[in-house]
Amino acid sequence: MGTTASQLDKGMLSEYQELTFLTKQEILLAYKRFSELLPKEETNGISYRIPMNAILELPELKTNPFNERICKVFSTSDSHDGSLNFDDFLDLLSAFSDSATLEIKSHYAFRIFDFDDDGTLGRQDLEKLVNCLTGGTGDTSLTPDEMKQLIDNILEESDIDKDGTVNLSEFQHVISRSPDFVSSFKIVL
Amino acid sequence: FLNESMSFIGDEQFEGGNKEKRHREKRRDGSKDRRKRANAKRRDRSRADRENEEFEERLGKREKGRRGRVKNDQEAKKREQEGGAGAQVKSGKTAKVKKNIKNEKRRISEKDGKAGERTEKGKKRVESAKKEIATVKHGTRDKTREEKKKKYKENSEDKEVKPESLSPDELEKLKEAVDEKKKLIQSLRGKPWPMKKKLVTLQETLRIQSHDDQGEWKWTLLMLHPKWMKFQRDFENFKTACIPWEMKIKEIESHFGSSVASYFIFLRWMYGINMILFGLTFGLVMVPEALMGRPYGSIPRKTVPRAEEASAMDFAVLWDFGGYAQYSVLFYGFYSNQRAIGWLKFRMPLSYFLVGVGTVAYSYMVVIRTMARNANESGVGDDNSFNFSWKMFTSWDYLIGNPETADNKFASITTCFKEAILEEQESRKDDNIHLTRFLRVLANFLVLCCLAGSGYLIYFVVRRSQKFALDGFENHTWWERNEVNMVMSLLGMFCPMLFDVISTLENYHPRVALQWQLGRIFALFLGNLYTFIIALMDEINVKREEEKIVKFNITMWEASLYNGTVSENFTASPITIHPADVPRGPCWETMVGQEFVRLIISDTMTTYITLLIGDFLRAVLVRFLNHCWCWDLEAGFPSYSEFDVSGNVLGLIFNQGMIWMGAFYAPCLPALNVLRLHVSMYLQCWAVMCCNVPQERVFKASGSNNFYMAMLLVILFLSTLPAIYTIVTIPPSFDCGPFSGKNRMFDVIHETLESDFPAWFSKVFSYASNPGLVLPFILLMVLAIYYLQSTSKSYKEANVELKKKLQMVIQIMKIILLLPTTVNNWQ
Repeated sequence: MGTTASQLDKGMLSEYQELTFLTKQEILLAYKRFSELLPKEETNGISYRIPMNAILELPELKTNPFNERICKVFSTSDSHDGSLNFDDFLDLLSAFSDSATLEIKSHYAFRIFDFDDDGTLGRQDLEKLVNCLTGGTGDTSLTPDEMKQLIDNILEESDIDKDGTVNLSEFQHVISRSPDFVSSFKIVL
Repeated sequence: FLNESMSFIGDEQFEGGNKEKRHREKRRDGSKDRRKRANAKRRDRSRADRENEEFEERLGKREKGRRGRVKNDQEAKKREQEGGAGAQVKSGKTAKVKKNIKNEKRRISEKDGKAGERTEKGKKRVESAKKEIATVKHGTRDKTREEKKKKYKENSEDKEVKPESLSPDELEKLKEAVDEKKKLIQSLRGKPWPMKKKLVTLQETLRIQSHDDQGEWKWTLLMLHPKWMKFQRDFENFKTACIPWEMKIKEIESHFGSSVASYFIFLRWMYGINMILFGLTFGLVMVPEALMGRPYGSIPRKTVPRAEEASAMDFAVLWDFGGYAQYSVLFYGFYSNQRAIGWLKFRMPLSYFLVGVGTVAYSYMVVIRTMARNANESGVGDDNSFNFSWKMFTSWDYLIGNPETADNKFASITTCFKEAILEEQESRKDDNIHLTRFLRVLANFLVLCCLAGSGYLIYFVVRRSQKFALDGFENHTWWERNEVNMVMSLLGMFCPMLFDVISTLENYHPRVALQWQLGRIFALFLGNLYTFIIALMDEINVKREEEKIVKFNITMWEASLYNGTVSENFTASPITIHPADVPRGPCWETMVGQEFVRLIISDTMTTYITLLIGDFLRAVLVRFLNHCWCWDLEAGFPSYSEFDVSGNVLGLIFNQGMIWMGAFYAPCLPALNVLRLHVSMYLQCWAVMCCNVPQERVFKASGSNNFYMAMLLVILFLSTLPAIYTIVTIPPSFDCGPFSGKNRMFDVIHETLESDFPAWFSKVFSYASNPGLVLPFILLMVLAIYYLQSTSKSYKEANVELKKKLQMVIQIMKIILLLPTTVNNWQ
């Protein structure tokens, strides 16, 4: 086991501190939690990609209805399989940290809600979003009528240019007036 | 080496590009032209768009670089070359590579030693980096890759001049470059890029294209940040690490959501305030008197009277804060009125007075500052135009980590959606509005009766306890002695439940019902507190009457002492009387302090006992009796209790109010409160995790933050009023406390000004306190308040106007955007 496996290099640590909203302790804690998910024989912690189902075992992400979307959005792997390396993990924690700006949070929230990755929130995206929020099980979901009504209302409120979808700037405009967004869009290790 | 590695590559497209370059080279010459060419190239490149995969090469180089750094920090140059080589070897596109060779060759051939140009280039590189970053689009990889390679080439091959040979002008430009780099790096944090991209950009902007034969110049992050910034960041990190109970609160957040956690965060904040108050009273009042003042037993006020000596050590008496506890630094009466004590000449009475004023001032400042901060953060909270969108996008609490809470949250969100849809679809069915109105009026009437009843009960009990006091406390049972406190605590416990039951008559929306409930509990506590204070005032008056009598008796007693020695000389030798035997006046200030301390203690005990019985015992019963009971205890009647956020917050606020009220007369109160909050934190954290279940209706905590702060401010104001009244109007006792002998307590300020400050100071002060000056000043402040209020009103109106304009613009935009389709429809 080389030094990379057991601790972060100081230069990297200061660079991470510069580039994320996390404090030094948070970065070290993130490294510790990340290393716990590594398989035993892996020595180089930073560049190894942890597969998505291992990340989803983290208690902070396990019960989140958007956990898979979160992994896919922050993953930079070529195969878009939602696997995260340490850089991606830090990106995730930084966007969800307490001191992240509204712009960063709303940007990533938009990408998380964009289920089909087409750059806008269309009807299908919004339907999937509502299903995620209501738990997706039979007795807690909405009837098709209610769903249609709900999505019509949302598009009425947020879709300024009436193209049937919510794009990033419309989304950011809606979110910027909300008092709860910044405090609820938080994950802390 | 680099040339050879790419010599096998050839391409027509390249030739064309190179020909172009050579052509341009021939046409232009000199530094300016080269700059233009560089700019043109950069413009081309900046038009090129990029994807994340373009950074693969940089990534490869960087990762190799990273490993190299881990091994040996000194080998920067080697790393660059390795990385560069590695990247190039990896590259698949031949065209760019060849172009890079061409560029490199051109650079080498056009060596120009001017330093100024290099710095300009440095600046331009920063600009180019910025341009690259600014124009993020999708596009070809070609131009960007070649640009990257060019940079690597340039950086490893360019010959640069040492900084000593830079002229001031060029240094200036270098400084500008540095500033731009700093700004760029600071902005990197807020960009929604993957970490790879950010790291590479950081590397790029940190590098300066300079190196001499010894080694490459490389900026490091350390050089860009002055020492004090690094210190500041370390200090921030340290401060975050110092915050107590962070893990506990995080656990509660993940189990119960943010509204329950907000109570604990509020508790922690209160703990911080109380620590400061404790520091003030302990450090500036209690410790000086204990260390430098006269010791126990030296003067009458510091000694237990002979009559009480026998019982002074009893636990019952001590628990009641009588006996030795009463004659100690814990209470007002112990302090002597010496102007200066000890070798430090510590002005004890002045310090006592200023600490009392300072605690109030500090509390005001902290509460108002927090309110202002909350108001800024929450922004415009009551906008109703995005109801559904907010419910959709912001309702999930990402801190939840517990499956059960998540299920509850799902259910609550679903209910929320369904309700909102129903409200939107149909208007409220107004059946039986008269019945509802009647029921609401009835409910309010019942509540008023409750409040009046509780007020009268407290008054009655306090009068009774005064009667008991006259008879002497020993003749009565424990209950009768502690009647007042027990009654107040029990009322505080049972009346809210009563209000809860009454509110079911009213049939309000849960959020509105919660607000009514909070309002009623607030009125209850306030009424109780003020009745208590009125009763206390009566007692103070009684004690003052007593004092007059005692004073008279003392003169008689002294006269009798002297009579006994048959001396005509009034300067007879002083008769030594033991301090314990001197007749003592009733010290009303200590009495007030004791009352508050007893109240706080009994309140705390009641809270803890209710917690244990109401939550813990209930949970235990439900859990263990469930399988031998007729109906399902867990789902049915008792079930597990939920954590009552609003009730607990109110209790906390009122306790703090009592501390503020009594802190002047009992300096031990902040210390007691710190202990109490500390224990509360652990006890309630344990109780919440062990006995409570997550709430079914999960309300947002955000709207309530400023509401609780506003209540705290009101309580602060209301609780400092009685203390201020007593300070200003009632003369202090003649034989106890730091102000004994003075006409009013605030006379100590006057005295200090006269004796401790130079003469002109007191003259200035007397001019300043002249009513002719003070009244215009007050008038000026009133005018300022009026002016500020009218400007704020006008700002609000301007705000509303702007909102309307925004709506109008949106409508117009909708029409304009729909215009083509409507035109199409016509056609």
